[in-house]
Amino acid sequence: MKLLDRHGWTTSDLVPVPIEALGDGVAVLLPNTTHAADLLPLQDRLQLVAIDFPKFSDGRGFSIARALRAQGYEGRLRATGALIPDQFAFALQVGFDEIEITDEQAARQPLGQWLQALTAIHDSYQNGEDGNASILTRRRYAAEAAA
Amino acid sequence: MYRYDEFDAAVVRDRVAQFREQVARRLDGSLTEEEFTPLRLMNGLYLQLHAYMLRIAVPYGTLNSRQLRQLAMIADRWDRGYGHFTTRQNLQLNWPKLADVPDILDALAEVEMHCIQTSGNCIRNVTADHFAGVAADEIEDPRPTAELIRQWSTLHPEFSFLPRKFKIAVTGAARDRAAVAVHDIGLRIVRNEAGEVGYRVLVGGGLGRTPMIGKVIRDFLPRTELLAFLEAIMRVYNLEGRRDNKYKARIKILVHEIGTDAFIARVEEEYAKLDGPGVNADPAEVARIAAYFAPPAYETLPAVSQGFEAAKARDPDFARFAATNLFPHKIPGYTAITVSVKPIGAPPGDASSDQMRALADLAERYSADELRITHVQNVVLPHVKLDDVHALWSALVEAGLETPNAGLITDIIACPGMDYCALATARSIPIAQAIATRFADAERQALIGELGIKISGCINACGHHHVGVIGILGLDKAGVENYQITLGGDPGEQAALGQRLGPGIDAEAVPEAIERIVDTYLEIRSGADEAFIDTVRRVGLDPFRPALQPRESILEAA
Repeated sequence: MKLLDRHGWTTSDLVPVPIEALGDGVAVLLPNTTHAADLLPLQDRLQLVAIDFPKFSDGRGFSIARALRAQGYEGRLRATGALIPDQFAFALQVGFDEIEITDEQAARQPLGQWLQALTAIHDSYQNGEDGNASILTRRRYAAEAAA
Repeated sequence: MYRYDEFDAAVVRDRVAQFREQVARRLDGSLTEEEFTPLRLMNGLYLQLHAYMLRIAVPYGTLNSRQLRQLAMIADRWDRGYGHFTTRQNLQLNWPKLADVPDILDALAEVEMHCIQTSGNCIRNVTADHFAGVAADEIEDPRPTAELIRQWSTLHPEFSFLPRKFKIAVTGAARDRAAVAVHDIGLRIVRNEAGEVGYRVLVGGGLGRTPMIGKVIRDFLPRTELLAFLEAIMRVYNLEGRRDNKYKARIKILVHEIGTDAFIARVEEEYAKLDGPGVNADPAEVARIAAYFAPPAYETLPAVSQGFEAAKARDPDFARFAATNLFPHKIPGYTAITVSVKPIGAPPGDASSDQMRALADLAERYSADELRITHVQNVVLPHVKLDDVHALWSALVEAGLETPNAGLITDIIACPGMDYCALATARSIPIAQAIATRFADAERQALIGELGIKISGCINACGHHHVGVIGILGLDKAGVENYQITLGGDPGEQAALGQRLGPGIDAEAVPEAIERIVDTYLEIRSGADEAFIDTVRRVGLDPFRPALQPRESILEAA
């Protein structure tokens, strides 16, 4: 498996485990059927939440990430599974920090494709967890600056 | 109409470049076919029976002449010189080559158009009343709301990989011409007791295999809360909509299975947790968008045009057109004209590039440079002076676009059917042609009055047969085309699904059966002012049932 973030390949010492096996661990692996609210009692001590993407076309993980960020989870958030480069920017926007892909996928879709996909669409109509202001917000800033 | 600012233009340009690059990655094997398919669908590119099909977004059906001329150019240069107006107010090209698609997208971007989210499991092009800004029964023009939703839903990071496609429609009028009750989300602009404008929110309507009428989940949503509330609905759907069965994946099934009350509770729970201010549009931004939809500079005119009245008295063909294809405009001395793209015997909704150019010229000259595509697959010129109607009609005659059948029995909605579509189980267009030919006589059509026939060539119901006053569904029965007829469907504010009249019949028997249904109606209607739908509501289906039996058996019984 290979791990990447917005800057390129990265590594992590944290090994997420299913919640049943978590004990007093700090890294959890969740299926994409998890209710974000179930994590509330745990989230302050967690350092890593990994959300499984069984198929790239199954977008539940995007909503779970957004809900986790909305309820105040501040640790690392990882999307793990079948994502494709064209979803990288979406993943960062909804609050993921990193993506874990298989070696096969990394060979077929090398790092350059992932990083290029990140900048394919420069502006977004939605405010993101990645700190990028939406087009709607930026229009307001521009209008206020002009006034 | 809306004009792109630098941000809108940049997003569309970026998307074109991204698609070009996605095609390249598919060709070099980086993307598998399975991975590429949703990416191309999200850019409107389908693989059909014979070729690719490209669906071009016409947001809320509004176009200017420059855009329509560009569509004509694209149809000539990269397709077969015609396009097809769809029931979602879009335009489809049926024969583009994959290699040309990026260039087509570039040409669209030049005129502020795109194919973004005209297909795929994402929020699709938002539709609206085609008489927006024109109708006298309107509380507010729905298009600023639709444009706001277009922007919010474009490349939405959370909602681009939904369980299934997602369609939103908006109406701002008392009479629902946008069929909001049969959309995944329908928005009706309403006024509350305090006089404030907001939205009634319907969820879970839809046609297809399991037709359902949408349920009201909020009677009055303050307008400033729109996007956050939509986001809450979408989040519940994205998390809980079924993904195990494509045919049970629409939001209507989720609402149906958990129940409306439970669904409302889930949405309100998510809504309470959402960062509303982070999602909702600033009122200044809403006002900025709305300003683009300011009405054109109307002249002060008398309500009655002497020239128009004289021309009607002089020319019976013109009088017939004026009686059927004009819609009352809220401004005295103006009218909105429906140009039927359904001449008798032609495929419904097809327009040649010459016809597109003719319409563009007429819009520029007579209709404040504006056109609308309707969900019944016609074109509207929304702001025409009554004084100009005769001159405009004469030009329509020259272009072969003067068919006086708006809303009448030959103004048929039909899906592409087995002639084009890989999913179809029966032909649709030839059935529409045969019915239209049988009822070609304009006087007879006028006598029958308002009657919408809708035809689908399979249970996916792209021809909206469930909400046709007369609905026709083409199926395959042991290798033979078989057509089921339903009566009493209504897409409007009294939304209703049609009821089956009886067992299916053969293709050849359809025109005859329709004729007998119509004859029955003419016989039993309470008067010329009782429309077909009202007669069906009054008497039910029973009087119409004998129409399905072969003529011989009726004669024998008699």
